[in-house]
Amino acid sequence: MALLEVRDLSVRFVRKSEPTVSAVDGVSFDVHPGSTVGLVGESGCGKSVTSLAIMGLLPGRGTEVSGSVNLEGSELLRLSQREFDRRRGKDLGMVFQDPLTSLNPVVPIGLQVSEVIERHRGLSRRDASREAARLLDRVGIPDPDRRLKEYSHQLSGGMRQRALIAMALACEPRLLIADEPTTALDVTIQAQILTLLKELVAETGTALIMITHDLGVVAGMCDEVNVLYAGRIVERAQRHELFSRPRHPYTAGLMASVPRLDSPRGQRLAPIEGSVADNIPWEGGCAFSPRCGNALAVCGERAPELETIEQGRLLRCHNPIGAAELERAHD
Amino acid sequence: MLRYTVRRLGQLLIVTVVLSVLLFGWLRALPGGPVSALLGERATEESRARLVQQLGLDQPLYVQYWKFVQRAITGDFGVSTGVQPGTPAMEVFLQRMPATLELSVLALLLAVAVGIPLGYFAARRQGGWLDNLSITWSLIGVAVPVFFLAFLLKYVFAIEFGVLPASGRQAAGIDATHATGFFVLDGLLTTEWDAAWNALVHLLLPAVALSTIPFAVIFRLTRASVLDVVEEDYVRTARSKGLGAMVVRGRHILRNAMLPVVTTIGLQTGALLSGAVLTEQVFNIPGIGQALSLGFQRQDYAVLQVVILATAMVYVLVNLLVDLAYAAIDPRLRTR
Amino acid sequence: MLGTQRKERIDGLAESGGDTTAGVSLAASAWRRLRRSPTFLVGAGIICAFVLLALVSPILAQHDPALRLLEEQVSRADNRIPAPQPGFPLGGDQYGRPLLSRVLLGSQQTLLVALLATVIGLGGGLTLGILAGAFGGWVDTLVMRVVDVMLSVPSLLLAVSIGALFQQQSQFTVIIAVATVQIPIFGRLLRGTMLAQRASDHVLAARALGVRQRSIVFRHMLPNALGPVIVQATLMLAVAIIDAAALSFLGLGAADTSTPEWGQMLGSAQNFFDTHPHLAFWPAGCIIVVALGFTLVGESMRDALDPKKRR
Repeated sequence: MALLEVRDLSVRFVRKSEPTVSAVDGVSFDVHPGSTVGLVGESGCGKSVTSLAIMGLLPGRGTEVSGSVNLEGSELLRLSQREFDRRRGKDLGMVFQDPLTSLNPVVPIGLQVSEVIERHRGLSRRDASREAARLLDRVGIPDPDRRLKEYSHQLSGGMRQRALIAMALACEPRLLIADEPTTALDVTIQAQILTLLKELVAETGTALIMITHDLGVVAGMCDEVNVLYAGRIVERAQRHELFSRPRHPYTAGLMASVPRLDSPRGQRLAPIEGSVADNIPWEGGCAFSPRCGNALAVCGERAPELETIEQGRLLRCHNPIGAAELERAHD
Repeated sequence: MLRYTVRRLGQLLIVTVVLSVLLFGWLRALPGGPVSALLGERATEESRARLVQQLGLDQPLYVQYWKFVQRAITGDFGVSTGVQPGTPAMEVFLQRMPATLELSVLALLLAVAVGIPLGYFAARRQGGWLDNLSITWSLIGVAVPVFFLAFLLKYVFAIEFGVLPASGRQAAGIDATHATGFFVLDGLLTTEWDAAWNALVHLLLPAVALSTIPFAVIFRLTRASVLDVVEEDYVRTARSKGLGAMVVRGRHILRNAMLPVVTTIGLQTGALLSGAVLTEQVFNIPGIGQALSLGFQRQDYAVLQVVILATAMVYVLVNLLVDLAYAAIDPRLRTR
Repeated sequence: MLGTQRKERIDGLAESGGDTTAGVSLAASAWRRLRRSPTFLVGAGIICAFVLLALVSPILAQHDPALRLLEEQVSRADNRIPAPQPGFPLGGDQYGRPLLSRVLLGSQQTLLVALLATVIGLGGGLTLGILAGAFGGWVDTLVMRVVDVMLSVPSLLLAVSIGALFQQQSQFTVIIAVATVQIPIFGRLLRGTMLAQRASDHVLAARALGVRQRSIVFRHMLPNALGPVIVQATLMLAVAIIDAAALSFLGLGAADTSTPEWGQMLGSAQNFFDTHPHLAFWPAGCIIVVALGFTLVGESMRDALDPKKRR
């Protein structure tokens, strides 16, 4: 049975004077205990909004959330903020993108870690503080007793992200959501943080939702990958399946725009033209069709459905990559 | 932190020096020159000659300035001619200071006690009725001349309804010991509860009038600051940890949102002292403000110079303390 | 008085002017937002109404405001002041002069005093700010020390001490005293904007091209500092009206009160407040509404220029 079941999740931002924006549009996926699921896409594709909806952290006013988010049999979307507060930090935790702005500048690091422990594990302040020191040590922060009393501006970027990871994992939640956890960091630090995350997740048996635009991160971390475009899942596959045989033109485009060490010398990178912002919504056909090299006439008329094309593999495309080859093989 | 303190003290010194030069220049520029200004028009030739000698007016300017500084350091600013004729100006100031201080502190307490919570709740319900009402109130508050508001309050509560006293610091019939000059404090220290209560009741209307502008400023800054802070990533982090609403509010929102407000509270001292001049006049409170307006009307420049110098010093000192307090709350300044 | 000592508010405004690289488009987008802002519309409506009143008041006023037409109805002894009567809808003031005509015509003098004080304050602040902001170095240090000291004297005290320097009290004294309070505020604001401008890319570019110092200051830095200055000046008009009233209340200003001005009318009504509050209500009401008008316009312009609120 899945740990987390997301069914038909939609998030719409309703503003008075502006048209309603559909940020997430009918997203469904499962996360099994101990597994790592990736949500991949460009900025604006709805991956962060999905994670905030699961965490119940979307602003209440002007936001319409529908569908179902079920964690271990209990429906999260129906929880009141008060009930949600008892779950967040304990059953599900989150690591954010920018460690500098995500830490409170005027509260010592130690207290920011121990307050979660105090809240959910019922430890005394002193015990919680001792536990916080142990956690800081575990995430690789040297001299944790001194760091407990320090403030975020005294830490380096990597240290800050380690501290945030310590907070999110302090109560050993069943599910961790990491929203672009390495984007704001130096390249050399990125690998360290990813390794740390991988280790900790394996150690505690925590399931991980990895949100990223970086296919390198996906290749190193995820078991299953969901590619999102304009608020909808366009392709889902196991990691090696996806990388060896991308079917959706968008997925292929993402891969082609990443530099590879083994690509032939002199071969140019192939960026995807345009950006998410100039897209038409799904009502008038496939949202990706204006940027798509494979687009057919039907793509501009009717939006494709998400279909299971083989075991564990879903695709939303009228004219996927490899379709022509397949047909030729049939003939 | 130590270096910061030393630097701020250095700035205080520079401000004091510049202020003394300006004050010295002001005194010389008064109509009739410093002698007439300090002794009044009807002084005898003999006393004029003595003052010329004392101030060193027959000597070069820098000697005069030096003498001015020397006397200022010892607290000798001459003798009052109009406010309390015959009393040393410094003494006039010291006698009247507690009344003004008491009034200003109460007004500031009111402004803070109402402004900060209201600012917080207005921000959390942005666009709600409380928000709109408070904003309207604060906008009108700054448009109403302080002394008119004071009159209005006096007219309604003291004259029409007669529920609060119209003037003075304490009822005449009350037998109170005045040890410190702060009437409320005196009453508390000597356990003369009725005296303390009576003094407090006298302070109420003037303090409300005086607090409108600091209230408006503190309210609006708190509101703006809370609106900024709730959007911050670290508040989202705090909520992602499932901390209770109380902890998120107190530790993560308010502690950050209060930083700019603390600075503003210091800067409000100026507005308070300006307002006190007018409020004391309306409620006939024998404080510094009244000394200032009397001193101006009766051309008592000895008293005026003490009042100007002292209030400016109070303002600068309060802001020094506020800046130090700020550094104590904000670790980014403390550990630099 | 307004909390005019708020250095950091002044500086904050200065910084918002630093973001004016977009030039025309910025002004245009600010204007677009202003037109939709109810705060601005109400404030602008009030200001327009009062300016119009000042213009047409000589036609509206039926009596000479200086004439003691109802003098025989005034009695010092039993504290009698002319009541409303045919031809005199608001009655007379403490000298028997027609109150309605005085209130109507008071708009002229009141707006004039506020405008003159603000223009003089702006001129003084402009001079200081350009000196400090454009040259930097020791000029900056010296000017800013003096400005800080002026800001550290509570505004009303500063105004009174300036007023004390005049042998003869007149409306001019009030204007100068109110203007003096504004000089350090405008000075600090302009310096802040100029500093922000000096570090900005377009000024660096001009400097790199070898444009002369003087034309950098007047062509490139000043025009971009304009937004925050206009905002501050609008707010200062409200402060000036209220400050002028406060100074009249303390006894500054003309002994000759034949030309009506609301601050002065309000100040001189203080002795009759307990018995004849209407003498104070009319000028006070006008002051409150017009000051509110300037404040609303100033605040909404500040919001419109604030890059943080541009969403």
